[in-house]
Amino acid sequence: MIEPDIIKDEEMEMLLRDIAELYDYDFTQYTRSSLRRRLNRICMLDKFTSFAELRYRITKDATYLTRFIEEVTVNVTEMFRDPGFYKTLRDHILPTLGTHPFIRVWIAGCSTGEEAYSVAILLKEAGLYHKSLIYATDINPGVIEKASRGIFQAGPIKQYSENYMLSGGKQDFSSYYMSRYDMVKFDEALSEKMIFSTHNLVSDSSFNEFQLILCRNVMIYFDKDLQGKVLKLFDDSLQSLGWLALGSKETLRHSAIEPRYKQWQGEKIWRKTS
Amino acid sequence: MNKASTEILLIGGSAGSISVLLEIIPYLDKALSFPVIIILHRKAHPESNLSDLLKFHSSLPVAEVEDKTSLSPGYIYLAPADYHLLLETKSLAALDSSEKVNYSRPSIDVSFQSAAVIFKQHTTALLLSGANADGMEGLLTIASYGGTVLVQDPVSAEFGYMPRQTLLNLEADAVLKPAQMATFINGLHKKEQP
Repeated sequence: MIEPDIIKDEEMEMLLRDIAELYDYDFTQYTRSSLRRRLNRICMLDKFTSFAELRYRITKDATYLTRFIEEVTVNVTEMFRDPGFYKTLRDHILPTLGTHPFIRVWIAGCSTGEEAYSVAILLKEAGLYHKSLIYATDINPGVIEKASRGIFQAGPIKQYSENYMLSGGKQDFSSYYMSRYDMVKFDEALSEKMIFSTHNLVSDSSFNEFQLILCRNVMIYFDKDLQGKVLKLFDDSLQSLGWLALGSKETLRHSAIEPRYKQWQGEKIWRKTS
Repeated sequence: MNKASTEILLIGGSAGSISVLLEIIPYLDKALSFPVIIILHRKAHPESNLSDLLKFHSSLPVAEVEDKTSLSPGYIYLAPADYHLLLETKSLAALDSSEKVNYSRPSIDVSFQSAAVIFKQHTTALLLSGANADGMEGLLTIASYGGTVLVQDPVSAEFGYMPRQTLLNLEADAVLKPAQMATFINGLHKKEQP
C-alpha cells in the first residue's frame, strides 16, 4: 500500500494549479485532506509508483483527465439517504410546492442519480410529478451518463427499500424497478421529467430559477470561500420562498446569504424568505 | 518514554469500546492541553444518541463534528455516523462521505492516518476493544511519524481481537487497562520536552 504521505503538500498544490491552467477544472479550493486521500487512491488504482508520475500523465495526456475527474470526485450516494430528511421533504416541503403551477428542482452534485430517483418517487407519490422538472447535474460526465440510464446495482436495494419505508413510503418499493441479474432498472416513467447535464459548481453560473435545490454532501469538500461562492450561486438560482437542502452535517450558518433564509425546524433545509 | 508533546489525542474503538470510554471520560482533566477526537464504529440509522451519552458522563464539553469544525483544547469531538473524519489543519476537522474503509464509515484508520499527516510526531492515539482490524494501519502510520501509540490491554477488552492483532504488528508505547487510561491521558500534556 502507498503511504498516506506519498503526496507532498507542494506537489499537490502544483498539480492543482496545472489542472486549473490546462483544463476547465479548478480544485484549488477543495479541502486538502480529502483531496490527498483521493489522489492517493488514484495512484493506487492506476499503479503510479510516484506522485510525479501521476502529474506527468495528467499534464501530458488530456484523455486521462476524464478518468482523473471520475476518481478524484466522491461518488458515494444512496437512495433515500438519511430517511428522516426525505420524510420532512415528503410531509412538509413538497406540499408547499404543490401550490406552484410548475415545480423546478435542481439536484446539484447528483452523482450517479440515486437522489434524483428518490425525489422523483416523492413527487410522484405527492401527485406533483406531472408538473415538475428535475435538473440533475454533476461535474463528472461519467456519473451523469450512468445516472441517465437509471440502472443500479441490486446489492444495496434492500437498504434503499428500508430507507424508503423509513421516509414514509407506503408503496411496495419493488414496484418502481425491474430486477435483472444483479442490476435493477428503474421505471422509465420516473425519468420522464429528469434532465441530466454536467455543471461545475466552481466555474459555471446559474441556469434557471428553482423552487427546490438539493446539494447534499458536496460542499463538505470545498473550503469556506468556495462554499460562500456556491451558496451565492444557489441564492441566485432560488425563487423567493424556495427551499435549499444541504447534507446532514452541513449548514448555512455564518454564511453571507443566511440573513435571507429561515431554517425548517432544525432540519438541514432552509427557506428563502425574500 | 521520551516522546514529543501531544497536540491531539485520538481514540478509536469498535465492539465493546463504549463501556471503556465511559470509564475514561469522567476522569479526564478539564485543563487538557489538546483536543480529544473519538472515532467509534456505530450504525448510521437510526441516528444514535452517543454524543448525548458522552455528554452526560463528561465534564469536558462534547461536540459531534460537523463540516469544518474548529478544534479547541480540552474539548471532546465525536466523529459523526456515516462520515469519515479528517484533519484539514491542526485546528480544523473536515468530513468526507467517500467509500467505507474496513467496512466502516467512520473508519478509525482514515482518521488516524489523516491526523498523522498533519500532527506528525505530536499525534497520540489509543485503540480500544473491537472485533475487526480497523485502526491497526492507522496506528502503524502514527508510529512511523514518531507519534505515541496506545493500545487497550487485550485481556481487559470485551473483544480482544483488534488490540491483540495490533500488538502482534507494532510495538505500543503503552498497553493500558481501562482503569489506567484516564491517568495516563491526563499525564500526556505534562510530557513537554525542555
